Formats: sequence, structure tokens, C-alpha cells
Amino acid sequence: MNEAPHRTAVRVENVVKSFAAGDSRTFALKGATLEARFGELLMIVGPSGCGKTTLLSIICGTLNCDEGAVTVFDHDLRAMKDGAITRFRCKNIGFIFQQFNLIPTLTAVENASVPLVLNGIRGPEAERRAGEILAEVGIGEKRESYPNQLSGGQQQRVAISRALVHEPRLIICDEPTASLDAATGQKTMELLKSSALHPDRCVIVVSHDNRIYHFADRIAEMEDGRVTGVFDDPKKYHPVL
Amino acid sequence: MLTIALKMLFRDRAKYAMLVCGLAFCSLLMCQQSSVFCGLMMWTTATVRNIGAPVWVVDAKVEQANEVIPMRQIEVERVRSVDGVAWAVPLYIGIEQARLSDGSFQNVQLTGLDTGTLTGRPMEMTAGRIEDLRLPNAVVVDQVAVEKFRRKGIAIQLGTSFEINDKEARVVGICHVSRSFLGQPYIYTTYDRALEYAKPSRKQLSYVLAGPLPGVSDAELAARIGRLPGLRAIAKDDLFWLTVWWYIKNTGIPISFGTVVLLGIIVGIAIAGQTFYLFVHDNLRYLAALKAMGARMPTLATMVLLQAFSVGFIGYGIGVGLAAWFGNVVLAKEQPPFFMPWQVPAFVAAVIIFICSFSSLIGLAKVARLEPAVVFR
Repeated sequence: MNEAPHRTAVRVENVVKSFAAGDSRTFALKGATLEARFGELLMIVGPSGCGKTTLLSIICGTLNCDEGAVTVFDHDLRAMKDGAITRFRCKNIGFIFQQFNLIPTLTAVENASVPLVLNGIRGPEAERRAGEILAEVGIGEKRESYPNQLSGGQQQRVAISRALVHEPRLIICDEPTASLDAATGQKTMELLKSSALHPDRCVIVVSHDNRIYHFADRIAEMEDGRVTGVFDDPKKYHPVL
Repeated sequence: MLTIALKMLFRDRAKYAMLVCGLAFCSLLMCQQSSVFCGLMMWTTATVRNIGAPVWVVDAKVEQANEVIPMRQIEVERVRSVDGVAWAVPLYIGIEQARLSDGSFQNVQLTGLDTGTLTGRPMEMTAGRIEDLRLPNAVVVDQVAVEKFRRKGIAIQLGTSFEINDKEARVVGICHVSRSFLGQPYIYTTYDRALEYAKPSRKQLSYVLAGPLPGVSDAELAARIGRLPGLRAIAKDDLFWLTVWWYIKNTGIPISFGTVVLLGIIVGIAIAGQTFYLFVHDNLRYLAALKAMGARMPTLATMVLLQAFSVGFIGYGIGVGLAAWFGNVVLAKEQPPFFMPWQVPAFVAAVIIFICSFSSLIGLAKVARLEPAVVFR
């Protein structure tokens, strides 16, 4: 039986990124190469300082690389101007941050509706659609609560709703379980996998929490600014500590 | 996004209240002090406005309306001889002492109007008739005299008598006029009788009031009369501003009020600028998240500007409203002086706009430097 061909969502080739550090330069990425596919949850793992977050920032266009090629949905990000990248990000990418980054003075439904508003959907319609997503992730009754009235797990559910509400094709998650206890982290990943994964969507998760590696479809291991290996079976992946 | 910006502002109650209070206090301070200053300047021109003659002729050395250098009586005839003069009448103004029935004294500003025409008469009579000034020993007093005499236990009414320089004065009318700078009551009488009340001196004519013929402007007439040797003629509006500027240049009043206004501006910039900076700083992480999610710099800049100008507008409204309320309260008592021309709220608005722009720029500088990638750190 033949497997269906993989469709590439994100392709990163030989990406180099350095930062000025006094008179010298520090290389965060030293020729990283990676491919993420539609319909998969790709987890980028590795020790602190190996360049995971830098790679994630370059994939979503919040950071420019010095060398190499970055293609997202067949768009060459290096060839696009800042404004075009911002518009592209607004329409096509959903974000889940480690610290949630929910605006404390907005309610859950208002926070979740932000990407829709950024995409030009008017407030009431945006909040209606955000309310539906909040209900799907199981916190519909908390829609009028402010972030400080929610537990960490509930806040992350609002963040997931915010990432999904405008139906982006790429979801970027930066350490989504780092601020959560183990049980809540597991539930969050279950929710993410069940609600975010879609044949026309790619989910990239950066994490060094080995308790959630089994949620990945593939794991890309990074070390010292390079992708040192990609594992198709996460259960067989054993990180070198 | 603008609604979101306003929600972010209004729901951060502590900073919102601090911002609005700071700007309201700043607006109140500037508006109230500027209005009291303008009111004080209006008091300095009370004589000009109360008399209201088109052209004032004075001694050539006179610099402002409250400065009286007596002239010879013949000056009235000289002015009348100038081409373009429709009429010219004498006016006496001097500070005299009124002695009340209980023996106490009160300084008054005695105003002697031309007996025939009563030119310069008060516009508003609250009791009696101005024409009765032609009766023997008749005077008309203003509301300040009524108030000051009442404080001394004497109720002024029609028929009340007191003395001016040992000569009887009988009240035949009560008028309402603008208060004088020194707060002395205006006592109106005829020119001839004013000279009888005044202490004798060689020259007693204070001003010559003149009006132009049709087709001649006040300024033009003033210029023609001004060519007479030893005389200076000033149109009413020019005399008004000449007097105001004289007080601005020759007294410490503007420095005193200016210092308070400056303090208001500094307090506004310090409180509003610092609080708004903190507000933006506290929200920087969320603004970065918005930037990462696709908010463009113009959108974020509009949000920050809207927030700054919203608190500016609300603070300005409260401050100017409180100043107006203060003005209404004090105007009923006629002191302290208070006059709020449109330029005062316009000036305060300009300062508030400056403060809001300054605060926004500080915030925007931080937002502009913001890397969206910071949200991943």
C-alpha cells in the first residue's frame, strides 16, 4: 500500500542567524535545515540555547535570517517586505506563547477575538466566533472572565482559542506547557492535538519538556544551532541528556 | 483595534485614574489661573470699559488708563477744534475720601461726567435714574459701594447721605459697573460737582472724551487729536490694550501667574508623561504579542495615540469644567477676578495636546523599537 505523498508547509534550508555580542557575533543558527508538513505536529526539541526559539521566530517571520532560505506555504519570506510578512503572519499563522501573553484588561472572549479583529472582522462578529472556539475548547462559561480570574490551564486554553480562531494554516507554539503543571500540560497538549491538527494545517511546537514528546508526529532535534536529526517515531526518540 | 485600545486603557483603572486626574489637575490649574489673570487685567481696564468713549484724550505723558495727569480746562476746546471731532466732553476721575455717617472713611473713585450730556454714564442702573445726577448734591454709587458700606453697617439706598471731602453727597441712584483694579467703589456725579468735591488744584481735567464724525474712524480721530501739542489721544480699544500691556510689563502679576501656569504644565508633563510611559511599558509585552500576531506599526501607533488623547480629552474636559464652575461661583461674588475668554481654553487645549503628544512619543518610541520576536524570549 502506498502512503499519501507529504505536502510541505514549511521549508527551512541552511539558515544562519547571528546576533551582535559586543565586538563579536554569536551564532544562534549555523545552517539549520528543516521541513514541516501539512497535517502534522512537528516538535522541535533540544537543550536550552540550541536555537529552537530563534528558528521558530524565523519561520514565523518575526526575525530575519542572515543566510539560507525560508519558505512558508510556498512564500519565500526573505523575498517579502516587512509589511507583506506582517500581513502574511496575520492571516496564516496562529501563536501560542509560553507566557500566554493574554492582555490582562481584556476578557477571555475579547482576547480570543484579537486575531479576527486584526484581520478586519468587526468586534461583535469576532467575539461571536471567538465564543464558539472557547466553547469548543471547554471554557465557554469563562468567556467573560479576565485572565487573572483563570487558572494557568484555562489561560492556555484561551491562548489556544486565540491561535485557532482565524483558522490559520500554521500554528506556532513556544514551550506551551512550560508554565503549567504536568497534568495540565498533558491536557493542554491533548487539546492542542485534537483541536488544532487538521490536514490543511501544520503545528510546530518548540519544547524541551520530554513528558510531551509523545504527542508529536515527528521530532526534530536541535543542537548548537543545527537540526541534528528528525525522528518519524517519537516513541523511539530518546534524547541525549 | 481601537476599541481594544480603549478597553486596555479604561480597564487599567489605577493608571487611567492617575492619568485623568493628572491632566485634569493640570488643566484646572492652567485654566483657573489664566482666567484669574485675565480677570485681573479686565479690572485694570474697568474705567475704559465703564465709560466707553470712542477716543480718550490725556496728557502726553500718560501711559495707561489708570494714570491721571491733570490737564487745563482749555484742552476740551482744543480738542473740539480738531477736524473730524463730533463732540468732546470733560471727564474727572480722582480718588477721594468718603466719610460715612458713623465717622468711618472709605476711599472712592469719584467720576465726574459732563453735566449736559452725562457722557460715560453707567450702562446698568439697578435703582434710581442717572438723570437725577443733575439734582443738588446728587451722586450715583455702584454695587461695590453698597457692599463696602454694608460691611461698615450702613445700608445704602436712595436718599442715603454721606460726605466727600466734607461736602454732602446724596445717593440718587445705584448702578452696576465693572469693578475697578483697586476695588474702590465708583461714585458718579456731574463734572462740575466733582470739581467741587475734589481738593482744589490748578489743573483738574482728567480726560477729554471725544467722538468722531461719521466717516472718521476712532483711530484716525485719535491720530488727528494726537497732533495737538502736549496731548495724547488714544482710541478706546488701543487704550484697553495699552493698559493691559502696561500692567504686564510693569508689575509682577504675569510672573506670579505665569509661574503657576508653568507649574501646571510641568506637573502635567511629569504625572501624565510618566504614568503614560508606565502604562505603555506595562503593556509592551502585549503590544509585542499583537505585533507578532500581525498588528502593523501604524495600527499600534494609532492605539497608543488614541489612548493618550482619550485621557487628554477627558482630563481637559474635567479640568476646564471645574475651572468654569469655579468661575461661576466667584463671578456671583465678583472676586477674585475671573474672565475666561476663548483663548484660555484654547491655550490649555494646546498644552494638553502637547503633553499627550509628548507622552505618546515616549510610548511610541518604545513600541517602534519593539521586536515582535521578544514574545518568544
